Amino acid sequence: MDRAADTSVVTPAGGLDALIEVLRARGYQVWGAQETDGALTLGPIASASDLPRGRIEAAEAGTVRLIDGPRDAFFDHTLPMQGLKRAVYPAEERLYEVGMDMAAEEDPVEAPPLAVLGLRPCDLAALETLTAVFEDGPFVDTRFRRRREALLLIAVNCMRPAATCFCASMNTGPRAEGGFDLVLDEILEDDRHVFVVGAGSAKGREILDALSGEPAGEADLKTARAGSRACAEAQQRRMGEDVEALLKRNYEHPHWAAVAERCLSCANCTLVCPTCFCGTVEDRSSLDGAQAERWRRWDSCFSLDFSYLHGGAVRTETASRYRQWITHKLSHWHDQFGQSGCVGCGRCIAWCPVGIDITAEVAALAAAERTAGQAGKEA
Amino acid sequence: MTPRETKPGGSRPKLAVWKFSSCDGCQLTLLDCEDELLDIADAVEIAYFLEATRTTQPGPYDVSLVEGSISTAHEVERIQEIRRDSRILITIGACATAGGIQALRNSMDHESLKASVYPSPQFIDALDTSTPIADHVSVDYELRGCPIDKHQLVEAITALLKGRKPSIPDYSQCTECKLAGTACVMVTKGIPCLGPVTQGGCGNLCPRVGRGCYGCFGPKEGANTAALAADLAALGADRRTIRDLFGGFTAGAPAFAEERSRHDG
Repeated sequence: MDRAADTSVVTPAGGLDALIEVLRARGYQVWGAQETDGALTLGPIASASDLPRGRIEAAEAGTVRLIDGPRDAFFDHTLPMQGLKRAVYPAEERLYEVGMDMAAEEDPVEAPPLAVLGLRPCDLAALETLTAVFEDGPFVDTRFRRRREALLLIAVNCMRPAATCFCASMNTGPRAEGGFDLVLDEILEDDRHVFVVGAGSAKGREILDALSGEPAGEADLKTARAGSRACAEAQQRRMGEDVEALLKRNYEHPHWAAVAERCLSCANCTLVCPTCFCGTVEDRSSLDGAQAERWRRWDSCFSLDFSYLHGGAVRTETASRYRQWITHKLSHWHDQFGQSGCVGCGRCIAWCPVGIDITAEVAALAAAERTAGQAGKEA
Repeated sequence: MTPRETKPGGSRPKLAVWKFSSCDGCQLTLLDCEDELLDIADAVEIAYFLEATRTTQPGPYDVSLVEGSISTAHEVERIQEIRRDSRILITIGACATAGGIQALRNSMDHESLKASVYPSPQFIDALDTSTPIADHVSVDYELRGCPIDKHQLVEAITALLKGRKPSIPDYSQCTECKLAGTACVMVTKGIPCLGPVTQGGCGNLCPRVGRGCYGCFGPKEGANTAALAADLAALGADRRTIRDLFGGFTAGAPAFAEERSRHDG
């Protein structure tokens, strides 16, 4: 039996539609990945035929192309452009409005039950990371919590990495170890296409019981585990060791200026990152002044306004903005939340217009430090 | 009636709209504010707006919207008068904020350019350069774009009526794409796009229909045009394509003008 899921059944590939029907019958809207304008997006699906079956991403630093994959699998692709973040933390939302009577009325959170099919282990880890940010401190973001609690998470263990993936080195994948309601392994052999479905929660168990299928045999579970292992081994990128300390030792380093030569400070990395949580709050008013509104939207440490304090912005140089982002993500996140802020999804690499690679920058900094250390010893 | 900001004496703030070298498209954005136009006319007294009415009132004005670039000797003098007559001066559009498409002449020989366009160039009375308003007088706020975005215009007027700072973001066009969930045209299709070096605020107009941004909002703060140009070259854009990309409606903005000149010849 699979360690992460309490019970597993095997269902034929057509069982995906049965699963979607079971979810619908329980009042869930179902979201999955789909191909839109040459990119994978996460949104409502009517049936399994909406999934990007057979398609994979040819991703590299700064490039994402959807192409036909080598086989007809539903889940050989990896990640939608933006992950689950939009569903739990909208890019823009009105928080409340206030009229002349000064009575502020908070906008209600519309959070109908939402089942997300095909979440990858890194995105599950990202949801846990965001949850720690928004809910585990003294101030709980109730808007986030209401949306998160409406989710039913159906994970898929990855069988094929994109070239930008490095979850194995962040210990977040490619096999989900928890945090899901259901988890799928897609097994596609010569003339056999099945899913091993496991439950990870009581909610998931109830749905699993409603699906028809045979109990999973040891052979299929073995195949699934072997697939995940192969996927981990096939990953071309990895995050270096000891990053947290490496960055802390190198706040001042010429490498930051070298990155800034290439960095556009366009903020794409932060806006595709599934854990970047920064937002800003803006007030709007009607022309007659009778009504005001408070809005929240995503912000980024790469904009000048982000670090604006009394008298001016603190981080005027791109070098200081890039350093702020990477040190927070990989180092200060540990101090703040007790874990890394990076889940190894590789979106920041793929969606950077000039292909700046977080793993390569860490490696370059480590190499520069080693070289300087050796030079110091020789001198 | 709802309360509104009034000046001592009970009159509404006076708004003026001025035109310099430009196509009038940005002024028209004010008339395009169909849903808000009556509210605007209610909140301010439109004291000078030749695009809308021949009736004019003398200054001083509380808010002046200035469209167009400084392109003639007469305009050099006229903007000084308008500045003196205006409490708050807002420049609107690519011409007023960057010199406009007509700033392409700044890097050319004006005499031969005139001769190549006009049969009788001796009648053309224009400066050798087209420059933004801020090169001549102090400017309180800028609205970018060709044309400007109507939501930013309404926001600027609304905020100033209430005495708060208008919310005019300085982030990149990429930020708008990602907020809207628009897939990057450069990353997914290799289409040259100025989004990463361009200030957002247009409402994500071009990338959301699969086109690259052509930079009509002008450079964002700290625009790293050299890094973007190097990447465009790596995507296969030749020198001329890159030069022309930076030579659009905001060609006169320093960051774009420099990048363009690096790809000249």
